[in-house]
Amino acid sequence: YFLLNFNPFDNLLCILLGISFTVWFTLLLVFIIVPAIFGVSFGIRQLYMKTLLKIFEWATHRIERGAKDNNHLLYKPYSNAIIAKEPTSLEEEIKEIRRSGSNRDLDHASEFEMSDIFYFCRQGVESIMDDEVTKRFSAEELESWNLLTRSNYNFQHISLRLTVLWGLGVVIRYGFLLPLRVTLAFTGVGLLVVLTSIIGFLPNGRMKNFLSEQVHLMCYRICVRALTAIITYHDSENKPKNGGICVANHTSPIDVIILASDGCYAMVGQIHGGLMGVIQKSMVKACPHIWFERSEVKDRHLVAKRLSDHVEDKTKLPILIFPEGTCINNTSVMMFKKGSFEIGSTVYPVAIKYDPRFGDAFWNSSQFGMVNYLLRMMSSWAIVCSVWYLPPMTREEGEDAVQFANRVKAAIARQGGLVDLLWDGGLKRGKVKDTFKEEQQKLYSKMLVGTQEDRSRS
Amino acid sequence: MGSRASTLLREEEIEEIKKETGFSHSQITRLYSRFTSLDKGENGTLSREDFQRIPELAINPLGDRIINAFFPEGEDQVNFRGFMRTLAHFRPIEDNEKNKDPTASEPLNSRSNKLLFAFRLYDLDRDDKISRDELLQVLRMMVGVNISDEQLGSIADRTIQEADQNGDNSISFNEFIKKVCL
Repeated sequence: YFLLNFNPFDNLLCILLGISFTVWFTLLLVFIIVPAIFGVSFGIRQLYMKTLLKIFEWATHRIERGAKDNNHLLYKPYSNAIIAKEPTSLEEEIKEIRRSGSNRDLDHASEFEMSDIFYFCRQGVESIMDDEVTKRFSAEELESWNLLTRSNYNFQHISLRLTVLWGLGVVIRYGFLLPLRVTLAFTGVGLLVVLTSIIGFLPNGRMKNFLSEQVHLMCYRICVRALTAIITYHDSENKPKNGGICVANHTSPIDVIILASDGCYAMVGQIHGGLMGVIQKSMVKACPHIWFERSEVKDRHLVAKRLSDHVEDKTKLPILIFPEGTCINNTSVMMFKKGSFEIGSTVYPVAIKYDPRFGDAFWNSSQFGMVNYLLRMMSSWAIVCSVWYLPPMTREEGEDAVQFANRVKAAIARQGGLVDLLWDGGLKRGKVKDTFKEEQQKLYSKMLVGTQEDRSRS
Repeated sequence: MGSRASTLLREEEIEEIKKETGFSHSQITRLYSRFTSLDKGENGTLSREDFQRIPELAINPLGDRIINAFFPEGEDQVNFRGFMRTLAHFRPIEDNEKNKDPTASEPLNSRSNKLLFAFRLYDLDRDDKISRDELLQVLRMMVGVNISDEQLGSIADRTIQEADQNGDNSISFNEFIKKVCL
């Protein structure tokens, strides 16, 4: 009697679920994992990208029309400049202020004028209204809306169609794309850990290196698909070679996946605990990466020694380093730390530029933790970026490490269309050094005291 | 729509600020965006530390004095209205404003108010006079350690001598205007 009470629909449900899972996994395998293994692409992602762009254009157009109907101007972060400023030097500007003042007696060049403070006053208030540094540590603002709530700054409810479209977007992204991507991510990472551990048992030699490279590439390619990353590589003839150091601008941890899916690198970093640590330990079994204990990171000599030992061994892969030391929001390149430029091997610069319309890749570590960040990445539309491999550079005669670093930084900034800043990325968390203020004071003092010396001479 | 809707500025507020400061709608929205990005504590007000986090301001020799100008007497927090009111002093004077109704109250960005802002950077104790000490303090901030006390003292003395007209050995607001006379 117990069996007769068994609901026949439960059975049907089980069968349906079983079939849909099988179909799902087969599709996954055929369209995503197999191409990833062989490095082939069906072009599905490019089509997806084009469709999305058309939709975004329509959405922005609709919002602009809506704003016009309500009779006010739409706020565009980059077209509405708030400061009318031409950059000049401290001396020129103060002289200009003095010249327009009452003391028009120009041969009696006065030492100090009360109007001098106007210069510092204006500089100060200008930097309060807008400065070059703090905006690099938060996500870049978009001029158009890409149907993601997180990039909605002041686009309010405009039309029903737009809201429906946005709702549809939410359903697609969280209901379909996110589970798909999470599955892929787990597959990719799982395969990486398992396969590299297996390869670790092989004896060292060419076979091991070859297999290790293939495994790394395959797993990173699966991860690339897990993020729906659409990457365009330029100038691949300049790809980093063994014994070199590859430097790139840093926007997020995803940079590693993007570069490592197109070439094989030795990673550098601190050993973490948890899942990250497991991945790190298994990776190093297959090929030599450079992992440091937390205590060793502070010892600059130790770090430099291990790096130079690695580059001297030509059988080892090129090292991948991000000299900014922290994530910047991909609108600028900040100061490069000189450590990697002192080693004296060939430097292969790489510029990475993300297209912010599809999903903002910047990791604001003070705002989200790593897991939160990855979930956000996987629920964006896509990660679209361009990678440029720049021609290799070496340190020239008479150039010190800092100058060399700045030269490389300028090349990367130019190629990626980023602003080249001298400010230290460490300003994200720390205070600016007093030496900069002292420089300004010295410049101003020269203006005052300089004229004193002339006077005493005459 | 959007998680930031709760932090968006309401239309009425924008209108009020527009009337008070003369900034345009898009300028106000832009500065509000700036205000919220500086407000790390997300409590709708800025503290002195929030300003000092701007590197270009931190290296400005008069940075602390300028920051002070934003905070009313004895307070440690400034809200968006106060922020805009102070910034309004720096708005350029437009031609159509010069012919405005003379009985209306003086706009925040009038020439007189701009000069008063600069005057107050010197006059720390707000007694409407710049004393020799106050002048020396500002000079010291601007030159750092590069000029000796005696030299700085003689610069201050010379400046007061040239500007002081009523012989009280300090510079009043009117004397300041005449000296600076842009």
